[in-house]
Amino acid sequence: MKFDTLVIGGGLAGLTAGISLQQKGLDTAIVSTGQSALHFFSGTFESLESPSERLAELFSAAGIRTHYSPGVRLMPLGSFRPAALSLEDVELFPEPHFADKVLIVNFNGYSDFFPAFLTEGLEAQRMSCRLLELDPPELQALRQSPSEMRSVQIARIMDRHWESVVQAIRAALRDEDAVILPQVFGLKDPSIPGRIRQELPVRVVFAGTQPPSVPGIRTQQLLRRRFELAGGTFLSGDEVVQTHVHDGRVHSVATRNLDHHYLEADHFILATGTFFAKGLAASPSGIRESVFGLDVDCAADRNAWYDPSFAADQPYLHFGVRTDAVLHAVKDGTPMQNLYAVGSILGGTRPEFGSGAGLAVRSAFAAVDQILNQYAV
Amino acid sequence: MNLQESTVSRYNFEECMKCTVCTVYCPVLQVNPLYPGPKQAGPDGERLRLKDPWFFNKALKYCLNCKRCEVACPSGVGVADLIQSARIRYDHSAPKLRDRILANTDFMGSLARPFAPIVNGVTSLGITKAVLDATLQIDHRRSFPKYSGRSFESWLRRQAARQAAFPEQVAYFHGCYVNYNNPQLGRDLVKVLNALGIGVQLLDKEKCCGIALITNGMSAQATRHARHNLGALRQAVTGRGLKVVMTSSTCALTLRDEYPNLLGVDNGDVRDALTLATRFVYERLENGAKLPFRKDFHRKVAYHVPCHMEKLGWGVFSERLLRKIPGLEFTPLDSACCGISGTYGFKKENYAFSQAIGEPLFAQIRSVNPDVVACDCETCKWQIEMSTPYPVAHPISILAEAIE
Repeated sequence: MKFDTLVIGGGLAGLTAGISLQQKGLDTAIVSTGQSALHFFSGTFESLESPSERLAELFSAAGIRTHYSPGVRLMPLGSFRPAALSLEDVELFPEPHFADKVLIVNFNGYSDFFPAFLTEGLEAQRMSCRLLELDPPELQALRQSPSEMRSVQIARIMDRHWESVVQAIRAALRDEDAVILPQVFGLKDPSIPGRIRQELPVRVVFAGTQPPSVPGIRTQQLLRRRFELAGGTFLSGDEVVQTHVHDGRVHSVATRNLDHHYLEADHFILATGTFFAKGLAASPSGIRESVFGLDVDCAADRNAWYDPSFAADQPYLHFGVRTDAVLHAVKDGTPMQNLYAVGSILGGTRPEFGSGAGLAVRSAFAAVDQILNQYAV
Repeated sequence: MNLQESTVSRYNFEECMKCTVCTVYCPVLQVNPLYPGPKQAGPDGERLRLKDPWFFNKALKYCLNCKRCEVACPSGVGVADLIQSARIRYDHSAPKLRDRILANTDFMGSLARPFAPIVNGVTSLGITKAVLDATLQIDHRRSFPKYSGRSFESWLRRQAARQAAFPEQVAYFHGCYVNYNNPQLGRDLVKVLNALGIGVQLLDKEKCCGIALITNGMSAQATRHARHNLGALRQAVTGRGLKVVMTSSTCALTLRDEYPNLLGVDNGDVRDALTLATRFVYERLENGAKLPFRKDFHRKVAYHVPCHMEKLGWGVFSERLLRKIPGLEFTPLDSACCGISGTYGFKKENYAFSQAIGEPLFAQIRSVNPDVVACDCETCKWQIEMSTPYPVAHPISILAEAIE
């Protein structure tokens, strides 16, 4: 099978590249090995210091609303971090003191959301907090199984019953000027968070939960649908197992599912992520790029990979594949002429700052431009 | 040897990072609170079951075996295989009569076929459905597949000489559904392959692939079917030098993957020769073969990728094949389970779950409003036709209609 571009990796970087190319009429396929880091997405793109119309346009065409307002966002454990561009779900404030009195709402038995930490963090910013624990009858069934009291399971039910939650909050509000809710709204219907904001008379803030991320999953599914409706081919649950490279160019790849049916393309984009997604694999003897065996920047001494302090900037997160200035991936010291590396496999992201999403989108656009330039006459 | 790099656990279960992504895509978990979900039922439960089989949970029977957890898993864990293999290893309860009847698709087909008009009439009667519901717990709201009076095998046997005259030959594993319920799909395949200059042969007495036996707790019988079928496949592949094509995505997954992974029946010597008809035909067209497409063909087609096709990863062949048909307007449907999962949706205790699982798909089909829904799976066809006003056809049947 022959494509104009083959993207390896179906996360934010791969889908952004895939949609951009497919929209320009390039026949594009994405090979995706399992679901992506979007399932852990905080909802912000923090390394985008300037508004990106291109991103807003691409997302909006997929039915995903974003907003740009530089400031800070509330983290799941009550601290604040700078942020500029985010999904509509994520509220951005000019400063951490966003209200005087806050009502924090949780569901009885839901332990992937942390009101006590939030309270501590908000009180440090001179906000007083009150906790409201709701026990909607619709969630009763979830308690039968320990694995079910999770963000996505609650969100599925909230897609149908969010209005009763809004009513309960309205009845419980006293003199609070803000409400914090867990991010469990709008799994299928992206308009729900906005409608909740409209229905409540005070500021509404959705705070992150333990994974999976409801806004992230919604983003993944809408981007994939957008890509497929534009005519793109999404090969899910498949994996590149063999590559055919001659004279510094990738000619085709073989996948586990399609075995002898090779996938050919003029251009290849590598968006396979890092350690969790297995784009990079660490072994006792070194760190390897899994698909092409590309050159990886990494400390030679294994002891230098980690900082013993868990929360520190971990050196291994800065490891990534080498590229030239226009993102051609480098193998054995030579840039590959039709292979671009994008997303977190480039190295240097700080997950705690949400910078992976910014890098994914920016590098995907950069690779797309390199490819499109070759078609410009 | 480096142990850390070369030790792989059964179904890769130690690779599970507990990320919970599988639980997002499990269709059962969305509707049935009695099911513990793929993470609990699969890798989490496996840890406990290895310590003591006492931890085996009977609620694993609610697993559809749709494999969506495996497609979603970022860590390559064989989640569904873990669940099904646990059922095979630890659940020794005797299957109900109802499950035996539902699972023995070829036996029931051979009983029903000679009396097809009577059987079809009787099974569509409200009273029959009420009796089946009350006695066997086969849900009365379910429409039953119709039986055909003449089997596909007997039709093809009569034209064996004509088929043998084609310069190239393939063998066809038609499965129970084509043989007893929808011989027309088999005839459509023969028409398409003949147009490519290829004759179609039967296998030497195929049996049901056995998927329904596996999911209904009859793995010993399924293993006998697998051994028998492998004999027939070897005779065709190594004996006659043929490729074996299939039209059912579930038969294909079973023959290629479930035999070695769940039943421990090695198919390594023939696996590469087992292919789906859509893949086979697409590859021919890609290599320059031509089909005599009609000029007056117009169809708005919404394509549903069945779960087992999703797992095979071969939906792309059906999709690209359909897109090659002049006059065909193609719309892809979101990847989603229709809810029937073979015999699962026929059972009274599953009927409501089955319909709830399928509802988002039905809603999307209604909003696309196609002339026909294309789909490679027979049970998805029953489910979608029963639950929406739209006809469902196999991509090969649509292709057969689009050529002279």
